[in-house]
Amino acid sequence: MTKLAPVLSAHWDEKDSFTIAAYTRHGGYKASAKALAMDPDAVIQLVKDSGLRGRGGAGFPTGMKWGFIPQGDEKDHYLVVNADESEPGTCKDTPLLMANPHVLIEGCIIACHAIRAKHAFIYIRGEVTHVVRRLNQAIEDAYKAGHLGKGIDVVLHVGAGAYICGEETALLDSLEGFRGQPRLRPPFPAIAGLYARPTVVNNVESIASVPAIVANGAEWYQGMGTEKSKGTTLYSLSGHVTNPGQFEAPLGITLREILELSGGVRAGHKLKFWTPGGSSTPLFTDEHLDVPLDYEGVSAAGSMLGTKALQIFDETTCVVRAVLRWTEFYKHESCGKCTPCREGTWWLVQILRDLENGVGTEADLAKLLDLCDNIMGRSFCALGDGATSPITSSIKYFRDEYIAHLTNGGCPFDPVKSTLFSGANA
Amino acid sequence: MTTTQENPTTQAVELITVVIDGFEVSVPKGTLVIRAAEKLGIQIPRFCDHPLLDPVGACRQCLVDIEINGRAFPKPQASCTIPVEPNMIVKTQLTSAVAEKAQRGVMELLLVNHPLDCPVCDKGGECPLQNQAMSTGNGETRFEGVKRTFEKPVAISSQVLLDRERCVLCARCTRFSDQIAGDPFITLNERGALQQVGIYENQPFESYFSGNTVQICPVGALTGATYRFRARPFDLVSTPSACEHCASGCDMRTDVRRGKTLRRLAGDDAAVNEEWNCDKGRWAFKYVTAVDRLTTPLIRGADGVLAPASWPEAIAAAASGLKGKRAAVLVGGRATTEDAYGYNKFARIALGTNDIDFRARVTTDEERDFLAAKVVGSTTTYRDIDIADHVVLVGFEPEEESPIVFLRINKQVRKRALKVSAVATKLSIGVEKLKGEFIKVAPGAESAAVAGLPLTAKSIILVGERASETIGLLSAVVALGDKSGAKIAWIPRRAGERGALEAGAIGNLLPGGRPVSDAAARVDIAAVWGVPSLPASPGRTTSEIVSALNSGDLDAVVIGGVDPLDMANSAQVLAGLKKSFVVSLEIAPSAVTDVADVVLPVAAITEKSGSFLNWEGRPRAFDSAVADSLNRSDLRILSALADQMGESIMLGTVTQAAREISSLGKWDGARANFATVSAIGANKISGNEALLNSWRRLLDLGTMQKGEANLAGTARKAVAVISPKRAEILGVKDGDMLRVSNAHGAISLPALVEDIHDDAVWVPRNSFGTQTLISLNAVHGDVVTVVKA
Repeated sequence: MTKLAPVLSAHWDEKDSFTIAAYTRHGGYKASAKALAMDPDAVIQLVKDSGLRGRGGAGFPTGMKWGFIPQGDEKDHYLVVNADESEPGTCKDTPLLMANPHVLIEGCIIACHAIRAKHAFIYIRGEVTHVVRRLNQAIEDAYKAGHLGKGIDVVLHVGAGAYICGEETALLDSLEGFRGQPRLRPPFPAIAGLYARPTVVNNVESIASVPAIVANGAEWYQGMGTEKSKGTTLYSLSGHVTNPGQFEAPLGITLREILELSGGVRAGHKLKFWTPGGSSTPLFTDEHLDVPLDYEGVSAAGSMLGTKALQIFDETTCVVRAVLRWTEFYKHESCGKCTPCREGTWWLVQILRDLENGVGTEADLAKLLDLCDNIMGRSFCALGDGATSPITSSIKYFRDEYIAHLTNGGCPFDPVKSTLFSGANA
Repeated sequence: MTTTQENPTTQAVELITVVIDGFEVSVPKGTLVIRAAEKLGIQIPRFCDHPLLDPVGACRQCLVDIEINGRAFPKPQASCTIPVEPNMIVKTQLTSAVAEKAQRGVMELLLVNHPLDCPVCDKGGECPLQNQAMSTGNGETRFEGVKRTFEKPVAISSQVLLDRERCVLCARCTRFSDQIAGDPFITLNERGALQQVGIYENQPFESYFSGNTVQICPVGALTGATYRFRARPFDLVSTPSACEHCASGCDMRTDVRRGKTLRRLAGDDAAVNEEWNCDKGRWAFKYVTAVDRLTTPLIRGADGVLAPASWPEAIAAAASGLKGKRAAVLVGGRATTEDAYGYNKFARIALGTNDIDFRARVTTDEERDFLAAKVVGSTTTYRDIDIADHVVLVGFEPEEESPIVFLRINKQVRKRALKVSAVATKLSIGVEKLKGEFIKVAPGAESAAVAGLPLTAKSIILVGERASETIGLLSAVVALGDKSGAKIAWIPRRAGERGALEAGAIGNLLPGGRPVSDAAARVDIAAVWGVPSLPASPGRTTSEIVSALNSGDLDAVVIGGVDPLDMANSAQVLAGLKKSFVVSLEIAPSAVTDVADVVLPVAAITEKSGSFLNWEGRPRAFDSAVADSLNRSDLRILSALADQMGESIMLGTVTQAAREISSLGKWDGARANFATVSAIGANKISGNEALLNSWRRLLDLGTMQKGEANLAGTARKAVAVISPKRAEILGVKDGDMLRVSNAHGAISLPALVEDIHDDAVWVPRNSFGTQTLISLNAVHGDVVTVVKA
């Protein structure tokens, strides 16, 4: 029996799924009507009871985050939706917004009501022009239909394309018109966020999960998932698999099960390593096929659930090459605010390039690990920490492969073999 | 454990006790861990941290291990961002291996992209990066890769150069500009290791405070154009000093190598300038070493030419020219308190007159009464700005005329939205930055606006010296102060004016604020001075002295540190001097030495000791920074001159003068009453006429800024400011030339259309091409004609 549990993605296969007509046909905007009739605190309690946790990576309980907003403080409150989906390998919010933008808008209405906010800001990365257009249309339609504009407004803000702006405080700075660099905490956004007002910052998927919870109740949501990781979620599967894409399943599904659903690793090859939650989460290997993909399970196995971006690499892939490409990404995207991330990624790339070219000694691996130790937990925000994850985990599992580069005087792999077009003319 | 302790100045401050490296320390709530450690003498390395800037936590050099209530943070924390909490235990690099490694790691990373060009870097030898790399870093680097490089240097302004490859991106400079100076013209650009400090291309970095960014740069990334590559810190001899450029009273440090001042830095005085100063104070010191300094006495011979003479000859010539003559004293506002005291004593004993005035500028008798009744002995301070509920600026532009007062107001505006109101004709850049209320008045019509201000006893009125340029304005200020209980502080532009006032260098007051008209006061002073009596009739004011020199009612004048071009009618001043016997005490040739009969060269500020009283009345003492100067301070020369005249004033040294001033103390008798003067109001205008409004900018043609081309590069452009309405009538837009003229002369300047009273035109008083007082011979509120040139 299939383990899929499509809630968010229930109607993605319908041609007009993104329209307000299709959304309403499937009961859309009934949940917000129901929530608006409820006491805001009851809505917060409902979300707390559902066990919904943040889908942006950290897994912080959503209802609890809403509950941090001081009430009766006579200040404006804001909801900010983080749609700056930039983590390498992550492709869940973008398809979600393409296929069903209204579920996010309805989620915004419910969340705004709960936290007593009148404005929601959706911060979307600038590269996804098609999603921007679609979401703009959806917002316009929601206004026309009277769902928005009656006490709750939604503003779409298009970012300029910076990984750091996915960090919630950098996102707030960017939204305010400053350079996106993370802010000092405290004060936390719940106390002084956007324009120094109490602000909830949630991931797209977290907010989009709320309408179904309101419609079907906390118990229904509680019924899916594992003990501490409730509900369903979108896993984005990419890389060397037969059938990549988004798979919505209850939390706790394993990669083995997802691979079964997706037709397995590409034909004729076998799994070498994979990321459970994007490139910032430590790598897994084929040992970890049966790790339950929930917050606790992945953590217990030494990584993080992150954004549930399952990037699959088969045995044709050079792990050094893959790690170097990720590290180049971190170097390019380091905002420059703090020393460890800024200077560390600059240095890491140079060492990894040498290693890929077979230049260096085994002592360089020790240096690399020591350097990662000096960056991990020393940087201003979590992005610096994340930059070290692929390096430390790859050396842990594939130390021999690094050494092979040195003894081989270069990369022992043929990079063409790892490409999709490899063997096309064979 | 939390305890409270009485703080005598404010309410009780809650103290929090924390344990750092096993030692307990109690600090006020809100203190950052890094500062609590300092109290124990534990130095945590840091770069971005600065006690006067908001914490940023960017450099990560100050990481320490922290636990609270037995729960440890999972990773080391930046001690510059975390305030102490009860039951906090901190382990620095001294007791935590994790913190120690974290700090070493960050130091190594900071040096990855740092060029290590210390041997040619200005900062080498006094560099926080160098020092902390020695204390916290590894001897050898493990980095074998390629460092980032940039074109070097980039000119941030004509004064400040940036070597980007040296920068550790601590953001001290950008935060200073934004948070302290309010000039956010520099910011960080780009990202990652290519992040760099940059300027906004369309708006030059014209800050009056830019030098502070050089001083707080923890590496050699920002350097001063004037000092760059000039010296090594260990070759410099540093002397604590005070700034002579304005009445703010900055604490300073003067660095000298082989008898020559190479740079001056802001000193550290929390009560006054905190750790800042302005660019003029920092970079205008070459006038001291200018080639045209006077080094030898000069006597005008029978041929009418000044010729070098020996000191005994010159003193004898001066004494014989003054002896038995009706003589007066004019001393500029640049004199130290001790020198001003010397002039005062010289006038009253050697010349037997009260004809002395330190106000070498546009003045009134109303001002002299105001100074005697309200200013001398008054004690309004910077602290009063800190606690004020409302600051009112009258005839005073703090950013231009007393920059540290501006910084202090700005600090309170930023911290607690202090209300600022400016009674002025033109909205200035400074008042705009202070988010001040602009009470727009026509020049001459200020009094009515002042009268209506709703102040309380917690308010403070800051009155500039230009308030004297409107008849009745000081009377209105006094009335407002009396009515509301608001404090009044008088802030002159020049460093020596308050000291000269207290030292009695004015015709109606003896030292210590003693009224000349009070017999008991005269007896007081006469007793200390050992003379039978002192002249009893109040002396002439500056303008009366000038008139008397012209009319022949005075025969001679001793004049020191006065520029006739600063006065309302400079032609008349020069004419008066030409008619009289003039003894000039000066540091460099000037319009006065040109007509003087005897010229006596005196020491400049770095060559002598002494003190100023800043606007608060706070003594700012300094020592001679240059040891081997042969130049003498004014009072030693005056003392020799008095001896020669047989009327000894017994002031051989500065110390002697200081001791005598302090033994005199302040007058405890009745103050002079202030006689209210009625306001006249603005002059009437018609057609193309406008009322003149003007002040001196911080950076202009001032004689003490001579030879500082880099400094002059950031001076604000000379413009003529008119209102949009007048611009429309004249058909003028920004940049079009305007001609401002009267019967005396004309000046032409580019127009700037801004928020100014429709009846007025504003021009800078002493900037390039606009020496208003000379060109137009016009003062504040005078009628001029403004047309398109």
